[in-house]
Amino acid sequence: MQNQTNQTRQMDWRLVGRVGGLAGIIALYTGAVGMVVTFDQRSLIVGWLTLGQALLFGAVFAGGYLLAHKTAETHSRNNQLFGGLVAGALAGLPMTAVLLLAQYINVRSVFVNISPALFNIVTLGYDTAGLGLFIGVTAVLGFLGAGVRILPEGARRPLLTALIGVTLVGLLSELFNQILRPMLGRQLMSQLILSNALRPMTALVLFVVIGGVSALWTAKGENVRQAIADLPTVRRTQLTWGGRSLGILVLLTLPLFLGVYLSEVLDNVGLFILMGLGLNIAVGLAGLLDLGYVANYAIGAYIMAILTTTGGPGGEPIMSFWAALPFSVIGAMIAGFVFALPVLRMRGDYLAIATLGFGEITRILVLSDWMSPLIGGAQGILFIPKPDLFGFVFRGPQQFYYIILAGCFLAVFVSWRLNNSRIGRKWMAIREDEDVAASMGINLVKTKVLAFTLSAAFGGLAGGIFAAKLGTVFPQSFTLLISINVLSLILVGGMGSVIGVVLGAFVLVGLPELLREFAEYRLLLYGALLIVMMLVRPEGLWPSEARARELHGDEEEPPLDEIPGGTGLEVEIETGVRP
Amino acid sequence: MNDNLLTISGATKQFGGLTALNSLDFTIPRNGIVSLIGPNGAGKTTFFNCITGFYKLTTGSIEFDGRMIHNRDPDEITCWGVTRTFQNIRLFNNMTVIENVLVGQEPRLKSGVIGAILGLPSVSQEDAAADEEARRILRFVGLRGVGDMMAKNLPYGDQRRLEIARALASKPKLILLDEPTAGMNPRETAETTTLIRRIRDERGVTVLLIEHDMKVVMGISEKVTVLDYGQKIAEGTPAEVQSDSRVIEAYLGRGAAATVTAA
Repeated sequence: MQNQTNQTRQMDWRLVGRVGGLAGIIALYTGAVGMVVTFDQRSLIVGWLTLGQALLFGAVFAGGYLLAHKTAETHSRNNQLFGGLVAGALAGLPMTAVLLLAQYINVRSVFVNISPALFNIVTLGYDTAGLGLFIGVTAVLGFLGAGVRILPEGARRPLLTALIGVTLVGLLSELFNQILRPMLGRQLMSQLILSNALRPMTALVLFVVIGGVSALWTAKGENVRQAIADLPTVRRTQLTWGGRSLGILVLLTLPLFLGVYLSEVLDNVGLFILMGLGLNIAVGLAGLLDLGYVANYAIGAYIMAILTTTGGPGGEPIMSFWAALPFSVIGAMIAGFVFALPVLRMRGDYLAIATLGFGEITRILVLSDWMSPLIGGAQGILFIPKPDLFGFVFRGPQQFYYIILAGCFLAVFVSWRLNNSRIGRKWMAIREDEDVAASMGINLVKTKVLAFTLSAAFGGLAGGIFAAKLGTVFPQSFTLLISINVLSLILVGGMGSVIGVVLGAFVLVGLPELLREFAEYRLLLYGALLIVMMLVRPEGLWPSEARARELHGDEEEPPLDEIPGGTGLEVEIETGVRP
Repeated sequence: MNDNLLTISGATKQFGGLTALNSLDFTIPRNGIVSLIGPNGAGKTTFFNCITGFYKLTTGSIEFDGRMIHNRDPDEITCWGVTRTFQNIRLFNNMTVIENVLVGQEPRLKSGVIGAILGLPSVSQEDAAADEEARRILRFVGLRGVGDMMAKNLPYGDQRRLEIARALASKPKLILLDEPTAGMNPRETAETTTLIRRIRDERGVTVLLIEHDMKVVMGISEKVTVLDYGQKIAEGTPAEVQSDSRVIEAYLGRGAAATVTAA
């Protein structure tokens, strides 16, 4: 056991205080901004756990876990558990203190959300005495958090997976309800999920099942992987292709299962994936921070709108959706190109600020009186007909899904090809060291403008599809927030990685759509998520190989020979450099 | 055709009030090996940066292979046939060894974006040829079997070799080596010296090097130029330079020069 090798050290009280204090402040903060109370209206497990409680107590549990994690190699188990207990109790203090204060002074004039409702949640319904109970509960949670951490790997991982899994299913129970109801029937479904929360029995079963599967995988996963690796090549190829065809089949039939509402959410996610993959060319591959990506989206959307609007009921459009789509793409590319030429001589932060301006200029131009005869100013453009293909009309989100899916596949294909070509190599060289890249004969401006222009193309494509899908375009649809969303999803997902972009889009665009409780706190949660990501996993959820190397390079194998003039000669001797 | 590959006349480079290079005249004969020496801060690296286009001359001109190259951008100058290595090794650390050399081949590659996206056969042929060529160059500098390693994981001496390989990949006419043997042990230094000579003899590349190790300088240079405070204080064959009193003075101080001359 690692944690028994060096137990002589005293308890690290400062660390305990820090972790406990941090968990306490997070708990108090979430309470004071009203998240706990708002989320309390949403239950995860009927009668047992609400989202608000999960947030409040989850912070303390995580604190205990974190403490034990940090002290894993320096403290004995008993000390870890005791530390968790103390940290947990500490974590309860700030909230208790503020609520006690609220009994005597009116704090609500400043902190609107320190309300009786919050008091009720914290005290679990037991009046002032409940405050003592609260500290007891947090202490126990801190203890449990530490307790989970000191379990051996084989038990810890399944336990955590099951906890997180049940919470996630609880959060998304409405989604599961909608998908599964047609298959299982209303009767059975209401036994499992009550409106949008899990029944206690369901939660328990899920916990056991997820934990069991995870335990099995922890124990036997390596064997399975080995067995697959040992298969003859032919079988392995068959397996991969089987998996792929299954994946494609699922992708093609997805809207049929999901219904209209979820398809709409999926379409939104898809548009952001498309934009994310586009922006990824500039940010992830070429390392150019672009904060004005929404401009390309807007340009694509407006070109589509101008070219296809019927101008009123019964009017005739200039051209069809399919004919206009290339114009959306090319228009965005031209705009990106023209803008990039002067701007790309700047580096890093300056470039980011300039691109930020590009996004805003576009939005303001669209709103301006000057442009309004053409694009309608604040009134926007209406009456954009739905596209059709050989008589098949893309009427709603379930049909648009296929256009977006095709766009995403195109984007994935193009970025994959580019990344593995000479151009991708040039971009990477520029990312690594601009000066040296220039001295290798790479034209910096040309190469960067190329990245910017190609990146803009997918913004234009997404914009064109968006305009046709919505049927109208308004300037309000193209705010700075879109640029920020797209950039964040790349950062969270993992720069330069296709799967990362998809993952990031689902987390940052899909989840908030499904969890309407979050709407009010969306930006707060974005910020928190980004900070946590940068601290804990700066390379993103699913990074590209190259990025992981750049960010974690130093932790890997050190250079074989750091001392100048040391060894490393063996290779050269036999290669005949000597005369 | 002119016998000199590079002709610099009246080159002056000022940074604000500081004159880093002072009306310098300098030539490199085609197919020669020329060394640039001088005390620290004499302006040797500034000189390199001016030739490769990182700095623009304040006044003066640089003619390379019949073309005026001062006021041109680094990438253009590289495409015309001047490449360099850096004093403190600057590889693309997170790219593999072979990728580093492939980037070095950039000026000679032609495939475009559309071709890459469509995966045209001409593109894959060019890729294959470039890969082949990169491996050949790596063998030439004495790096074998390390193509897929990250550049940063190479041993120090091999990193220097890789930098030379990367510079050679563009098939230059002139290669500028900035202290190629810095930090090497005597054995590595000897091997690098041999390599420099082979670059000239086997590949026909003219070499200009900045070097501190006098054994290297005297061993391979056909011409040595000495800089001090941005000015050329001596030029000639290694033997001539070695006995020049101003050189000794610059390196060892005035008193020493007097002693040496007297002796």
